[in-house]
Amino acid sequence: MKPFIGAVFAIFWKDLLAEKRTREILGTMLVFALTVILIFVFSFDLSVEMRRKAAAGVIWVTLCFAGSISLNRTMGLEKDREGFDSLLLAPVDRTAIYFGKALVNWLYLLITAAIVVPVYSLFNNTSLFSWGVLGVILLGTLGYILTGTLLSSLAIQLRARDMLLPVLLFPVVIPLLLAAVRASTILLQGGSTTELGTWLLMLAGYDLLFSAVGVLLFDKIIEE
Amino acid sequence: MINHASTPRSLLFLDLLALLGLIGAFGLVIFYAPLELTMGSVQKVFYFHVAAGWAGMLGFLVATATAIAHLKTGSLKWDIASLAGVEIGMVLMALCIISGSIWARPVWNTWWTWDPRLTTALIMELIYAAYLLLRSGIDDSRRRAKLAAVYAIVGFTSVPLTFLSIRIFRTIHPVIIGSADPAVAGSFAMSARMQITFFSSLAAFSVLFAALYWHRYRLGRLQGEILEKRAALEMESE
Repeated sequence: MKPFIGAVFAIFWKDLLAEKRTREILGTMLVFALTVILIFVFSFDLSVEMRRKAAAGVIWVTLCFAGSISLNRTMGLEKDREGFDSLLLAPVDRTAIYFGKALVNWLYLLITAAIVVPVYSLFNNTSLFSWGVLGVILLGTLGYILTGTLLSSLAIQLRARDMLLPVLLFPVVIPLLLAAVRASTILLQGGSTTELGTWLLMLAGYDLLFSAVGVLLFDKIIEE
Repeated sequence: MINHASTPRSLLFLDLLALLGLIGAFGLVIFYAPLELTMGSVQKVFYFHVAAGWAGMLGFLVATATAIAHLKTGSLKWDIASLAGVEIGMVLMALCIISGSIWARPVWNTWWTWDPRLTTALIMELIYAAYLLLRSGIDDSRRRAKLAAVYAIVGFTSVPLTFLSIRIFRTIHPVIIGSADPAVAGSFAMSARMQITFFSSLAAFSVLFAALYWHRYRLGRLQGEILEKRAALEMESE
């Protein structure tokens, strides 16, 4: 177990180091996320009341869009520079590559969320933070990244490359997105706690199920 | 190696059976099944609507099971079997959605609602459309088979969750089989004649599915053989 966790963190660290030197992924995600929020606010010309009601939806859609950038890029990086072949040569469990990549994508998305949520609150003069919302963001982004990392390792092997990831990924994450949006909305505006519990259960179930699917299928995707 | 010269007799027999079954079921729907009291003749869409949905779902199930078989064995036969399930499933599911819309317009007074079954059917169509796009993006047949199988499994895994999540979200779809909520608009209890018609339609569509599936699988095998022969010829001429 210990060498496995070591390998996961080695890959995580390697990607962070590459990001520190190039600074291409995180910056793009943040600017893109803020632009998406602006587009939402302008295109719906939301009233103050509506802005509060739409907050959960806007934030989750923004996170999904921004997340697909890093999902594409962290895998595309390996493909461009033939890093995958070297990664596969390493005498570690292939699943470690999956979790390492997922971890780094998750970190990027959480950083994006940590900036997007306060900015949305600031623009719209409403407070969105609570510990419950933080929990929903952690669970929801985790499931999104677990599925996304698996499918992005698949998408980069296609002729069209990154173009297809959203098409492959979004229909599969719909239950997760719905649960995350509903749970956040209940937390922000009040609602039945039993319904909230159901949605949290759905989020946790999705995370568990798709981490199992990822573990089972990832090495089928990347074996040469 | 399969017989190219002609379609196997048992497949021709199955075709005939499917044709007779469909004609028979259609006859039952039109002449035998009674008119439903409140909805009238439009309720008769129900028989083929549910049957198409059932056969479409069967296609997706078969596609997933054969995708797992492909990952286990690596045989391209299973890949062809999986693709056949997806293609036929998509057509039948589209028929189910369209016929449902035609029924919903007079009964629910709208072509479309975001009910769990409708939404899940639509999302399934999106997932399998993505599956076909994925396949068209890879040239190497072994690689294509493997990645398509992975996506077929990932896609199908999310289907029950999608259904469940939207069911929690909202529902107005009538539940005819199982526990019916009589308050839902458009729900009804089936009389004996309706049941006979209903199960005949289900049987007819199941046979139709089997016949289509066999044809599509056979076509895939023949395509594979042609590609192999062409490759062998090119090797010889070099």
